[in-house]
Amino acid sequence: MRRLVFSVVLTLWGGIAAAQDMMRMAVTTSFQNSGLAGVLLPAIEADLGLEVQLVVVGTGQALKLGEAGDVDAILVHSRRAEETFVAGGFGRHRREIMYNDFVLIGPSADGAAVAAVQTAADALRKIEATQETFVSRGDDSGTHKKELALWRAAALEPESFGDWYKAVGAGMGAALNTASGLDAYILSDRASWLNFGNKGTLALLFSGDPVLFNQYAYLPVSQERHSHVKAVLASKLEGWLTSPRAAALINGYAINGERLFTFNATP
Amino acid sequence: MTDEWAQMGDLWAGITEAFRLLVTLDRDLVEITLRSLQVTLTALVIGSAIALPLAALLAVRRFRFRRGVIAVLNALMGLPPVVVGLVVYVLLSRSGPFGVLGLLFTPTAMIIAQVIIIVPLIASIAHQSLRDLWSEYHDLLISMNVTQGQKMRTLLWDARRALLTASLAGFGRAIGEVGAIMIVGGNIDHATRVLTTAIALETGKGDFALALGLGIILIGLAITVNLAIHWLSRTEQEGRW
Amino acid sequence: MNLFPLTVRRAETSRRGKVLVGPIDLDLDGSGATVVMGPNGSGKTTLLRLLHGAARLTAGQITWACDEQYARTQQGFVFQRPVMLRRTVLDNLMYPLRMRGVVRTQAQIQAEEWALRVGLEKMLGRVATNLSGGEQQKLALARAMITEPQVLFLDEPTAALDGRATREVEAVLRAARASGMHLILSTHDLGQAKRLADEVVFILHGRVLEQGNARAFFDAPQSIQARAFLRGDIVE
Repeated sequence: MRRLVFSVVLTLWGGIAAAQDMMRMAVTTSFQNSGLAGVLLPAIEADLGLEVQLVVVGTGQALKLGEAGDVDAILVHSRRAEETFVAGGFGRHRREIMYNDFVLIGPSADGAAVAAVQTAADALRKIEATQETFVSRGDDSGTHKKELALWRAAALEPESFGDWYKAVGAGMGAALNTASGLDAYILSDRASWLNFGNKGTLALLFSGDPVLFNQYAYLPVSQERHSHVKAVLASKLEGWLTSPRAAALINGYAINGERLFTFNATP
Repeated sequence: MTDEWAQMGDLWAGITEAFRLLVTLDRDLVEITLRSLQVTLTALVIGSAIALPLAALLAVRRFRFRRGVIAVLNALMGLPPVVVGLVVYVLLSRSGPFGVLGLLFTPTAMIIAQVIIIVPLIASIAHQSLRDLWSEYHDLLISMNVTQGQKMRTLLWDARRALLTASLAGFGRAIGEVGAIMIVGGNIDHATRVLTTAIALETGKGDFALALGLGIILIGLAITVNLAIHWLSRTEQEGRW
Repeated sequence: MNLFPLTVRRAETSRRGKVLVGPIDLDLDGSGATVVMGPNGSGKTTLLRLLHGAARLTAGQITWACDEQYARTQQGFVFQRPVMLRRTVLDNLMYPLRMRGVVRTQAQIQAEEWALRVGLEKMLGRVATNLSGGEQQKLALARAMITEPQVLFLDEPTAALDGRATREVEAVLRAARASGMHLILSTHDLGQAKRLADEVVFILHGRVLEQGNARAFFDAPQSIQARAFLRGDIVE
């Protein structure tokens, strides 16, 4: 009996993955939820023999992991924070890869009538004017920062909002679940929205304003502060992400016939 | 369809999904299930190896800070896993004191976090039953002039069934834990993803059916391990008694 | 090495300032059976525990003829209410031997032999806590004697037993005494004292009032209290 238990334990331990080239990349929840990773990672593994382990966190935490040297590269979408990161000597440089866009989601009934307006600023003003429930990520993520910037561009101050503005402090999926439960408005990236399985009565009400474009950038972590960072592998990955092969995969990725990302890296 | 019916539908879809995953022996499911077991059982073995002798020592020895240690252990039972996760993260981070080991985002980091979470729990529960047994055995073992170590071993052996319960409580807490291992493991696909973090992920994607399916499998796994350990201990007892 | 003579000088044990037993002066030469007698609450149990080293000595000295470490290994103790290890009868018997480093096979041979001596040979595989009171006390007796100590303390060993079990326990004790083991036994059962004692220590209120040859004590007690006790009067 003891021998049986022992062999079971050994078998369990044997489940550890075999060693090969491996690097860690911190990415945002929205990137992970888009499903694009499921297309890119196997291709990277096939082309480069490189296993990329994704640590999926908010932009704030992703940058923090990069600063601490706990990941080798990050792929996020919050330009100002990224530039601060590079300026602080934590990243070697910032390389734009692709963009997708943010969309305004809300109840099909659309009490604030945002579907009819022309600009994102107008849409937000209408929500504020009607005090319709709005769910904010509230987690210092790229999407959250974008949302705050949009409110300010509309000359509104989220700090002063009343009960209708709910900062949930959660990831994109959890925030969407909350919005679905409350029949609330929410700003989401298009990919997370399309992949979201619990839409309920929610619908895409507004999109297309260029200010809603969401630029993803790749930042290899600097080896100067953290000598263990796998700079060579990170460079290899950067080369691949900006290659025509990546362009074809990214531009070709669609959900329900809708294209999600536009490749815009300069080779 | 009313909201309640929609929720019931989710639950039903979850059960169907769990069934489908099990019948098809979904490869990813098998992988994360085995990893859950690997991480938690390892943490359980290490945690018990620390907690049980500690509990026996607290029962047998009268030292100065004994009461203090017991109070601290009881308090740590309610330690929020997220806090444990954060502390372990800070320690294991490349910028932290143990950064050179490169353990962050590995199953080892998850094991460390789980050990910290379950040691106070196992030690507290174990100490209670060992203390009762010790009050029964105290005079006898003193009269037999046995050493401190022998006292501890005798208590641990004779209370083994109660200690099994203590360890299983630790297992239950560890296998269902998500906050700490999410932070120190990173929920990396094919590396540190386990059942609980996968459930959190699928919930985030709004795929409640898959999340519930995984949840049902998690419950089933916990029950299976409990039954298996009880069964093993019973065959052992029948063999000897 | 011989433990005896045992010398007790001004020995005392107290708890929270209250003297439970003592001061006591006693000399034991270690032959036969010493019976500690006295009414309930006179301090018999505490005296036995004090001599055994299980109660803390707060004043005075207890001196064995050999060094203290060795003396600790040469004593056994049987409690009024037997303490059973939650194991089988066999494992209970083997326990003291195994703790002294005797190998398993050797310990088992001795355990089976002792089970036979106390009539438990058919119960080796039973869980000790499921035995009857008499069986448990016989097991406790065998377990205390299996390491062949020079002195065996027994605290009212038959107080909770029926007549038949009492006779069986006394038979085992007589055999032990015949083999040269010194017994120090407390009892308030006059009949048992007469059946077993070679020497009597009579205590009252935690002090030794009389010590001497058993026959002499029963025939002609010196103190008024001992005379009253032997008559069956309540002594306080």
